[in-house]
Amino acid sequence: MTKSNITRRGVLKTGAVAGAGVALPTIFTSRAHAYTNEPTGSTVTLGFNVPQSGPYADEGADELRAYQLAVEHLNGEGDGGMLNTFSSKALQGNGILGKKVEYVTGDTQTKSDAARASARSMIEKDGAVMITGGSSSGVAVAVQALCQEAGVIFMAGLTHSNDTTGKDRRANGFRHFFNSYMSGAALAPVLASAYGTDRKAYHLTADYNWGYTTEQAIKESTEAIGWETVNAVKTPLGAGDFSSYITPVLQSGADVLVLNHYGGDMVNSLTNAVQFGLREAQANGKDFQIVVPLFSRLMARGAGENIKGIFGSTNWHWSLPDEGSQAFTRSFGTKYGFPPSQAAHTCYVQALLYADAVERAGTFEPCAVVEALEDFEFDGLGNGPTLYRAEDHQCFKDVLVVKGKENPESEFDLLEIVEITPVEQVTYPPDHPQFAGGSLGSCNNGA
Amino acid sequence: MDVIILQILNGLDKGSAYALIALGLTLIFGTLGVVNFAHGALFMLGAFCAVTLNRLLTLSFTTVDETRTDFLGNPAKVETPYVEAWFGPEVGGWMIEWSVPLAILFAIPIMAIIGLVMERGLIKHFYKRPHADQILVTFGLAIVLQEIIKFYYGANPIPTPAPDAFKGSFDFGVLLGFDPLTIMYPYWRLVYFLFAMVVIGAVFAFLQFTTFGMVVRAGMADRETVGLLGINIDRRFTIMFAIAAIVAGLAGVMYTPILSPNYHMGMDFLVLSFVVVVVGGMGSLPGAVLSGFLLGILQSFASMPQVIAVLPGINQIIIYLVAIVILLTRPRGLMGRKGVMEE
Repeated sequence: MTKSNITRRGVLKTGAVAGAGVALPTIFTSRAHAYTNEPTGSTVTLGFNVPQSGPYADEGADELRAYQLAVEHLNGEGDGGMLNTFSSKALQGNGILGKKVEYVTGDTQTKSDAARASARSMIEKDGAVMITGGSSSGVAVAVQALCQEAGVIFMAGLTHSNDTTGKDRRANGFRHFFNSYMSGAALAPVLASAYGTDRKAYHLTADYNWGYTTEQAIKESTEAIGWETVNAVKTPLGAGDFSSYITPVLQSGADVLVLNHYGGDMVNSLTNAVQFGLREAQANGKDFQIVVPLFSRLMARGAGENIKGIFGSTNWHWSLPDEGSQAFTRSFGTKYGFPPSQAAHTCYVQALLYADAVERAGTFEPCAVVEALEDFEFDGLGNGPTLYRAEDHQCFKDVLVVKGKENPESEFDLLEIVEITPVEQVTYPPDHPQFAGGSLGSCNNGA
Repeated sequence: MDVIILQILNGLDKGSAYALIALGLTLIFGTLGVVNFAHGALFMLGAFCAVTLNRLLTLSFTTVDETRTDFLGNPAKVETPYVEAWFGPEVGGWMIEWSVPLAILFAIPIMAIIGLVMERGLIKHFYKRPHADQILVTFGLAIVLQEIIKFYYGANPIPTPAPDAFKGSFDFGVLLGFDPLTIMYPYWRLVYFLFAMVVIGAVFAFLQFTTFGMVVRAGMADRETVGLLGINIDRRFTIMFAIAAIVAGLAGVMYTPILSPNYHMGMDFLVLSFVVVVVGGMGSLPGAVLSGFLLGILQSFASMPQVIAVLPGINQIIIYLVAIVILLTRPRGLMGRKGVMEE
């Protein structure tokens, strides 16, 4: 018979010591990490968080294509695209800081909670050191706040609300895409010369943060040129049939309809407006007009020929003649067989800008990357000379005013560039009332 | 006054769609006793029949046109639809332009087959099960059908235009003595309303004036007795399921020029159609049609900016408010019969 030496107290003691021993290395290693998800091996992981399902899935698919192209170019595969035209020459085509670029993807479903969940999983499970993407301002604002807390960099994809770099701006977040204010500032003079200064406008507005800031921006800039705003009506997201919102427009005394809608909503509301004869109508002795502040080629394709002759603004278009745009269109078009959308462009550029900032900073540490991006001036990425302003992390560059093309030569040739509005005309002070109420705070390295 | 007429007109097309879907729902519920939550998906499948026919007709072959260049500066590829090559550009172009009305012919057999397969393959196993089981299985089926459509057609709406002859709108105001351009109504919505009336009329005539319809009505009233008379009532009910599927499918086909179809359009209509059925009275066909139009028109009134200004958000809840009021005052719905779902 053997006598057991095991006692309750003994087990507890050993357990405590062993537990502390097991925990110790992780305590040390996490202290040794200066920031969240520091890449230690020969690769670095980026997280692409795009809508792969839901109403903006087409935009999301194009964003993902652009990111895959950017990863190829960063790793030195393919023709290099905009790496050849980018004014900063820090990127060598050997990954980022010599580490091969890998990526994981998440599905935002165009819903803030789903987008946060997928971003969190990419940060915590996959070790992503940077999150980028998105095709909705609601999503962008939510994910940007999450990245700030987690201590990773967020490079926003397609988001146009003033809030992203206004009241909801964050130190770890950066936006290359333009915004509602810029659309208003660029569109107003073009509208004044095309339709005159004595107009009465009626707004239909998508009922979320992007709709609100776009309505406000267009309202303020058109009222500044002498237009009057007759009415502004909020419409639920995904209303489907807009006919009951469209029919009161003609009786309101308005002679311009502004559709602050995006994606499927814009396709439906514009189609309804055309069906109800708004484009043939006369009001106040003038031809009735429709304006769509934010245009995209993917939307133009959805709206078909209803888009012809309608003014709007856009961040970028593949037919731009500059070297950078042409290089990007060439490598994207050769790989996928069709030209890239503005969503694809902004995402590709954001990936390059991040990689370049890391390369110049010499580290992936978020605060160092923030410093490298702040007040960074660059060129050769399709929008002419551009500044990443330090005060709000917004890019300042030229804005395109476009019009639905009357006689398209191909299925991609849907928008014609009316004017390239110079950056000075769309620049505003960081404390402009449309952007008030937010502060960047300080950058967060996490861990 | 003109505003009121306009909103009534506006309610008509949506009301037509509600009425057609609710009619099919009531037919299925009245005959088979099944609460079919996949009915919205049938509406959506009908719409995608139109999309599919349009795609088939525009199937093209590619030739290289050396005189033009594409966006990359390479020689342009020109797509020519096969139908234009086979029947000449004139006839082929006409077929593509009229693809939505042509899709009616295309959709009838397809929806009939889908209906038969659904009923024989799945729903017949749930006749004796509680309504909750039926709702779960048909709802699940609806989600599966949606995801299949999303996989093949993508998530974004697909524009499917009406023939050129029906583009633009009709000036109702002038007809009624108002100023021009006060009451505009798109031609296609008028077509949709008339089409719905024809389909509804045909279904009622079929049930009222044919022997088949008579047997079905008898079966709806007392299934057991009709069975005892030696009539195979189950087979007739299966056919009624297929007819209900065709009605929902046709409603979807013709709705495509009004609302570019996407994979979840069925769900948007389904919930409202159920409210329509409940308000009209479970099992009552005229009730379903009447309340379909009624709620369509009410909804369009509630979306008027003047109304929203007073009662924000009313456009989202008006239908449910009406349902609550009607169920409180007339628990069987507007035209409900005694004894339905009351055992």
